[in-house]
Amino acid sequence: MPGAIWIVAEVGADGSLVRLSTEAATLARTLGAESGRDVVGVVVAPEPSAAATALAAYVPRVLAVTEPVIADHVAATVVAERVAALVEREQPSYLVLGASPDGRDTAGVLSALLGWGVLANATGATWDEEGPRIEGSVFGGALLTSSAFTGDRGIVTLRLSAVTAEPSGDAGLVEPATVDVRSTLPEIPVLDRVEETGGKASIEEARIVVAGGRGVGGPEGFAIVEQLADALGGAVGATRAAVDSGWISYAQQIGQTGKTVKPQLYLALGISGAIQHKVGMQTSETIVAVNRDPDAPLAEYADLYVIGDLFEVGPALLAELRARAG
Amino acid sequence: MRIVVLSKPVPDPAIGGEHLGPDDRLVRSGASAVINGNDEYALEAALKLCEAHGGEVTLLAMAPESAPETLRKGLAMGAHRAVHVTDPALAGSCALSTTRVLAAALRTQSYDLVLAGVDTSDGAGGIVAAGVATLLGLPYLSYAARIEPDPAAGRVRVRRLSPVGYDELEAPMPALIGCTQVLGEPRYPSLKGIMAARSKEITALTLADLELEEPVGGGVATSRLLSSHLPPSRGDTQVIREPAADAARAIADFLADRRIV
Repeated sequence: MPGAIWIVAEVGADGSLVRLSTEAATLARTLGAESGRDVVGVVVAPEPSAAATALAAYVPRVLAVTEPVIADHVAATVVAERVAALVEREQPSYLVLGASPDGRDTAGVLSALLGWGVLANATGATWDEEGPRIEGSVFGGALLTSSAFTGDRGIVTLRLSAVTAEPSGDAGLVEPATVDVRSTLPEIPVLDRVEETGGKASIEEARIVVAGGRGVGGPEGFAIVEQLADALGGAVGATRAAVDSGWISYAQQIGQTGKTVKPQLYLALGISGAIQHKVGMQTSETIVAVNRDPDAPLAEYADLYVIGDLFEVGPALLAELRARAG
Repeated sequence: MRIVVLSKPVPDPAIGGEHLGPDDRLVRSGASAVINGNDEYALEAALKLCEAHGGEVTLLAMAPESAPETLRKGLAMGAHRAVHVTDPALAGSCALSTTRVLAAALRTQSYDLVLAGVDTSDGAGGIVAAGVATLLGLPYLSYAARIEPDPAAGRVRVRRLSPVGYDELEAPMPALIGCTQVLGEPRYPSLKGIMAARSKEITALTLADLELEEPVGGGVATSRLLSSHLPPSRGDTQVIREPAADAARAIADFLADRRIV
């Protein structure tokens, strides 16, 4: 019997299943259908039942491991050690995780513990006779790749928003599972958890992102970015230059060392669109840019490129949108 | 404090201009190697910690023969020495091999902290640092926005970025910390630093110098590239240059056509 495909879930601080895990579960189920292999979800959390039930909407079987230590310790290493113990017992062939910070940390620990390779930041996968064929990219999306594991075991991390989550239509079975606890890696206590976002919309979840760059000129310049985001029902993003200048927080940064977004509309104000920024937004459905420089890199890949001063075009657009909204 | 900074030479992402050569391999015309961006933040953090607490910073890279040129910039920024693991057998290595080699190389060093960027700009897997910490049994604190060691107590506090804000973590040293840009902009090498870097020691190690428990190198890579291609063009760009009110109407029309508003 060929080994199963597992989806290792990520659980939010409130005990819920994160969206990326529903996307990873959908991908795992597709691979299972193509290969005829079993698909199993794994949830390791202080109180796994809510997330496990949510995951069971996507896959036929979910192993729920209760692990109280995660309540006040860093999750990734603890989760990885428990999953590694389950892997030894049940012998699956492939693990799918989200390529989030916690998912990458968990994948890295699992790779070292199991001696399995990782294909990271997948944007899709299909079954290719003997194993999964993983679509991805290197050099910040400059080159798209198809890769495979050389052996019959492997770990895949899936990029956010690459796959559309689709429930299976059947409620899967949730099985409580116990693992012989053999923590050999240091467990790191969390002394304090601080919420900072002040209810600001997450740029990774937003349907519309309005982003500002160096051309915004300063923290005051972000007012027009924020007003347009409000008018469009979107979230505010920024380039690394704007974040490094202290005009806006790192949580809003899009690009190589920030977040990757894939909104329906990306409205770029005062952004030149150099490669480091491009990698974080190039798969947006529609890209509209307002910039004074007619030769900026964004002029080559935006769908609509408006040459102009964002402090003139921005307020005019705000007035136009408000007028049309009545 | 003795701090080792994992410093990966990568093709300069600022240059771009990638295309496929006749042999289907990536060509980066004129792209020279630089230290990976997130590793430079780690190096800056290490230099600041040593300025505050005293100590030495060692760069560690597993890279092709040409890496010393790239490492020299890190030495010019202020790192005290570098260790360069290079071996023909490492060409074509996967991330798991890199993880094993870096862990084995760290076993040859003594340190209080190991700092690394949370990911690299080439492969961007973001998994190697976690794996290295695992193989060495070190506490692993990732996505660091602030690092506060207490050398007398032998402990380190790290502010880890979370989806909603941050978590405050604490661990005994030695520990491995994954670094983000929130730690602060890397400094530019001074002229004095550049001069001094010329005489700083770069120790070359080959696989024969390391005690490896598992096989490594291109011959045991866990994955292989099946095919590669350039991303599809996004299509034509519509460019407009009109007075603000007209431009605003054009944008609103464009968004309405695409049923976005």
